[in-house]
Amino acid sequence: MPLSETVISCRNVWKLFGPSPESYLKGLHGDPGVEAIRQAGYISAVRDVSLDIGRGEMLVIMGLSGSGKSTLVRCLSRLIEITGGTVTVEGQDIGALSEKQLIGLRRSKMGMVFQSFGLLPHRTVLENVAFPLEMRGQDRATRRKRALEVIELVGLDGREDYFPRELSGGQQQRVGIARSLAIEPDIWFLDEPFSALDPLIRREMQDEFLRLQEMLGKTIVFITHDFDEALRLADRIAIMKDGAVEQCDTPDQIVLNPATDYVRKFTEEIEKARVVHASGLARPINGTVPEGQPVAGKSTIRALARMLVNDSREVLPVSDETGRITGGLNRQEALNVLLGGQA
Amino acid sequence: MSESTLPDRSPTPITPAFNPTWALLALAMLLIAARPILPDGLMRPADILILPLADWINALFAWLRDDLGLIHVTRAIADGIEWLLNVTANILYGKNRWPRVGPLPWSVVALTAACLGYWLGGARLAALAGGTFVWIALMGQWKWTMETLSVIVVAAPFSVLFGLVTAVAAWRWRGFETVLNPVLNIAQSMPHFAYMIPVVVFIGVGPKAGAIVTIIFSVPPMIRMTLLGLRKVPHEVIESGKMCGSTSWQLMTRVRIPTARTDILVGVNQVIMQCLAMVVLASFIGMPGLGQKLLQLLQALKIGRSIEIGITIVLLAVALDRCSKAWAERQPTHHEPGIGWATRHRVLLIWAALMVAGFAISAVIPFFAEVSRGQSLSVADPIDAVMSFIIVTIDPVTQWLRWFLITWVLIPVRDTLLWFPYTAVLVALAALGYAVGGWRSALVCLGFFGYIAISGWWDRAMITVYTVLVAVIVAASFGFPLGIWAARHAARARRVLLLCDTLQTFPSFIYLIPVIMLFGVNDVAVVGAVVLFAAVPLIRYTIEGLRGVPEAMLEAADMSGATRGQSLRHVRLPLAFPTIMVGLNQSLMFSLFMVIIAAFIGTQDLGQEMQRALSSTDVGKGLVLGFAVAFIGLMADHVIRRMANT
Repeated sequence: MPLSETVISCRNVWKLFGPSPESYLKGLHGDPGVEAIRQAGYISAVRDVSLDIGRGEMLVIMGLSGSGKSTLVRCLSRLIEITGGTVTVEGQDIGALSEKQLIGLRRSKMGMVFQSFGLLPHRTVLENVAFPLEMRGQDRATRRKRALEVIELVGLDGREDYFPRELSGGQQQRVGIARSLAIEPDIWFLDEPFSALDPLIRREMQDEFLRLQEMLGKTIVFITHDFDEALRLADRIAIMKDGAVEQCDTPDQIVLNPATDYVRKFTEEIEKARVVHASGLARPINGTVPEGQPVAGKSTIRALARMLVNDSREVLPVSDETGRITGGLNRQEALNVLLGGQA
Repeated sequence: MSESTLPDRSPTPITPAFNPTWALLALAMLLIAARPILPDGLMRPADILILPLADWINALFAWLRDDLGLIHVTRAIADGIEWLLNVTANILYGKNRWPRVGPLPWSVVALTAACLGYWLGGARLAALAGGTFVWIALMGQWKWTMETLSVIVVAAPFSVLFGLVTAVAAWRWRGFETVLNPVLNIAQSMPHFAYMIPVVVFIGVGPKAGAIVTIIFSVPPMIRMTLLGLRKVPHEVIESGKMCGSTSWQLMTRVRIPTARTDILVGVNQVIMQCLAMVVLASFIGMPGLGQKLLQLLQALKIGRSIEIGITIVLLAVALDRCSKAWAERQPTHHEPGIGWATRHRVLLIWAALMVAGFAISAVIPFFAEVSRGQSLSVADPIDAVMSFIIVTIDPVTQWLRWFLITWVLIPVRDTLLWFPYTAVLVALAALGYAVGGWRSALVCLGFFGYIAISGWWDRAMITVYTVLVAVIVAASFGFPLGIWAARHAARARRVLLLCDTLQTFPSFIYLIPVIMLFGVNDVAVVGAVVLFAAVPLIRYTIEGLRGVPEAMLEAADMSGATRGQSLRHVRLPLAFPTIMVGLNQSLMFSLFMVIIAAFIGTQDLGQEMQRALSSTDVGKGLVLGFAVAFIGLMADHVIRRMANT
């Protein structure tokens, strides 16, 4: 994915818990490792993380529980104060914002969805969805109109007078999603939004989410502990362990070239052919365009299986959405991926 | 059975060389053994040790009151409250004050109560709430009840508001909470009377003093519940509020407080119940109403009419409790679209119609406006007849019981406690403290009882301790087995819990009626009332603890081949232990309160002295005694908590 313009950028972000984290961090030169920090009596929730998120990009932060992924997203939205480093949103250092400016930023640019929904139990669906608009001080009629629009968008029309406890988990999360979209944010944080749902509903909500993203094209930071979910949704995945990012790359690259043993463990169980796209495996071509019918870059190797087996060409041309040839796919490499060997 | 589980759990620090617990106990024994040769200063606190605390407090209050002019402030507040009290008094029982519209016909009040009950909890609650007021009217107790209610109606909202604001402040400023917590601890273990004396000093006596003491007394639980509720608001709800761009004011008023609604309303429920309990007791400072009537009747030993008033107070308590609980538990539900205003507000419309009907009928038939003396259905005489028959019939039993308890239990225990040198008691308490929580707990125990020694009320305090001890042991001896028995089946447990729940809503005063009836006015009656009052939380928490043991654990025990007894001993009782300790703790607290209240039927303990302080408005003495009672309670609380947590 070409990075057009960086929306969120974090540089050497640290979050430490302990007696006096700031002065401890000042004394550090680089990252001494999670054990050394623990020995010193501190807990490192986020350790020296640097990431850039481009406009319209979906970055999925993946990690097991305790890896610091939820803390990181709260650093990006300044729900918690960071110990060191900087987080900039559209060029603005959010650590330097005053309380009032921060509230202004949240009211105009940010939306967030929570794992256990975070709905207000005493308000109806409509009132929950309209809540951020109410905080902005918009009048009742405008609030209602906009809220009904988003409620319809997430497919809850007809339920606007229900209370959260009268809805199923999936429906409650739809309310959470609707609420986060009410102010038309540019940046959308989703903290394990589907983890509390059962597997069938989760799948359905992922599809729904992809549909919404197709329509809205937001800049998204999505947190999950589910590697399959990450592969399914992400433009790029950042895999976290003990507060640090182990690898941040496209799903294709993570599956094909895991950077560390930890990342490799996740990829071992994955059927790579379902993840890797033709474009991800393609090599640049130096002038000579391979002959014959090109394959679409966005199709997975799994989808091309029959053709790869039947074709006899050594290198297949790969095209992007516009039909332009972007590279060549080595058929043997592709077959290796398909058959489960190393590429 | 119950006692046997306790020592098992208390930690025995294993230091073979030197064990302070045993060393301290040995020292206490030594002091007792050496009693004949002990110097006087070790028997009872020497005069120079006893600080003139009461004089200091009196001087402080005099300074506050007169030199600082605080009395003008309190009088002004009291006048404001009196104005409000006059309004409610006029509306409820027609006191000749502004707005001069009352009194409301009793039928209108009863119908309103029934509608409110229906709205909150359906037909059964409607019957309870409406029926209560019908009973009150028919029994000819309308005026007294309305005198009581007119105070609650003013006091409860004040304490709710005051509690809410204080809790929010404590939540907001850590430092304030650190100061507030110990104050609340002491306030909640101070007996009712201790609150009354300063109020009498600053406000005087009568309804406004009653209202103010009620407000002060009922605030602490509101603060506690609100704080708890604010703490319990899920993290993500707050974060979602922040991400929606709430300012901290919006976050408090539109996110935190509404989300904590249920806990806050449970606080409101407790405020109402505390108000009722206090208003009844405030008869001691000249507060008219049900309490005063009951006090007069009890002192005159008019059993039949006391029972009638007792029933009224109980009905009122249960109705108020159930209605406010139903309010707390009420969950919002949506209405299907297209349903008209009339359907959505059905109860409101019915109420309005009933109001019109009630006023009309009262205007035509005076009986529905006011039940006059001759028309009331008081059944006091037949009750008296039945009761005196019962009392005469079982008299041999009660006589014997009274004789047995006084001669063989009460007097020996009391005399033994009084016979101990105070130094021995202090050292023994330090040993207990060390056993449950190390040197810190030993110091805590020593500190609390050390205060009692230097306050100059050692003997009185020992009498209080003895009454409480005997009562709790008796209560435990039947409360634990009863709890274990009731916990065996789910349905039975539910029924007994409901009964306990109802009994706990009764104001403490009520427990005095049956014991005075049976035993007359003496020590046995006091212990009897305390036993009844103390048994309820014991039974309740034993059941809750035993029923709360996870099913999986019991199944695991069954599959390991445990018999029912083994399962009880090795699985259920150990797991229920912390909950049972909570029950024991509450039981001790309740006993202390009850002993003090029972003072007016003639005890020789701290409560008696407090009554004297009250009648002579000796605020210094009253507070010194109040702290003594509070510290006994706090020490017991500390020890039991320590035991439950280890």
